[in-house]
Amino acid sequence: LIFVTVGSKRPFDRLIRAVDEWAALRGRSDVFAQIANATYVPKHFQFTNFVEPSEFKRLVQQAHLVVAHAGIGSIISALELGKPIVVMPRRAQFREQVNDHQVSTAKHFEVKGHVVVAPEEHMLAERLDYALTQVYSERISPDASPQLIAAIRSFLDGSFTPMATNVNENHQEAEPRVAEEGRGQLGSTDRRRNDAAASSGRPG
Amino acid sequence: MIAPRAQKKALAVASSGGHWIQLLRIIPALEGYEIVFVTVFESSRSEVPENRFYAVKDANRWNKFGLIALAARMARIVRKEKPDVVISTGAAAGYFALLFGHLFGARTIWIDSIANIDRLSLSGLLAGRHADLWLTQWAHLARAKGPHYGGAVF
Repeated sequence: LIFVTVGSKRPFDRLIRAVDEWAALRGRSDVFAQIANATYVPKHFQFTNFVEPSEFKRLVQQAHLVVAHAGIGSIISALELGKPIVVMPRRAQFREQVNDHQVSTAKHFEVKGHVVVAPEEHMLAERLDYALTQVYSERISPDASPQLIAAIRSFLDGSFTPMATNVNENHQEAEPRVAEEGRGQLGSTDRRRNDAAASSGRPG
Repeated sequence: MIAPRAQKKALAVASSGGHWIQLLRIIPALEGYEIVFVTVFESSRSEVPENRFYAVKDANRWNKFGLIALAARMARIVRKEKPDVVISTGAAAGYFALLFGHLFGARTIWIDSIANIDRLSLSGLLAGRHADLWLTQWAHLARAKGPHYGGAVF
């Protein structure tokens, strides 16, 4: 089974259409999709608008490949059951989502080697072919990282202290710095001139 | 004197999909607490059969009337349950849970969704002022005054 899901909130026609075309091309008859009221009606596989959480889990369990939008729920569900997953991020420009956060999600999980990403629909077929050659056996733990569990626990016990992180406060200083440069006109002009001289002096 | 309750109570709140899945992953941190769940799908009840459970109607920033109804519902739930701790992974339902939890004296925890990589969510930003523990799952989004970084659900 290849289980396709776009989450419960809104349709994602670009993904459903691309999977439909791929299924026709490859002659697959083992695709099932949850399409959330897509306006595009798939011609080459069975589908439903919504599935209950328990049924969702059963479908992911049965699947040997999951295809999804780059939603955290879909990604973690597949990884908890050790299934390979191909994701395509929803894009704000096509009104598929309010912003492009799924692009970042897809990139992050791809770098970690957890998902195969098809950034756009014309790349989906190739990524699906590739993903079908992959066998993921490692399941992620059903629990959050020990670090996060410990942080919450220590807060509940009254002993939470923020970790030393690379707290980047530069963005808060950015504005005053620009204003200062504007006031110190001579100095900043000189600096720019020097920079220009330095860069033009570099061998091409 | 009021006798102390034998077991402390946590109200665990999340909207659908990824928020709910992330909430379930942090539940081990609440060991020893009685946990009451609030989410948006009635069908999620089967995933936490041992616990008391509320399904509320979700809303977002484009649905003002929905938000008002959701706020009223969350206020009633928090007042009825009187939790010691309110914890949420987002989004709107969690924001209101923290707002009223804070108001009614609970300790409040916000864990911004791991999906918010580039910036904090709107609900996460707003929830910050009602959160006693305000966490992002991305170190690069942490700030000295919060949100803090405390690890990730994954």
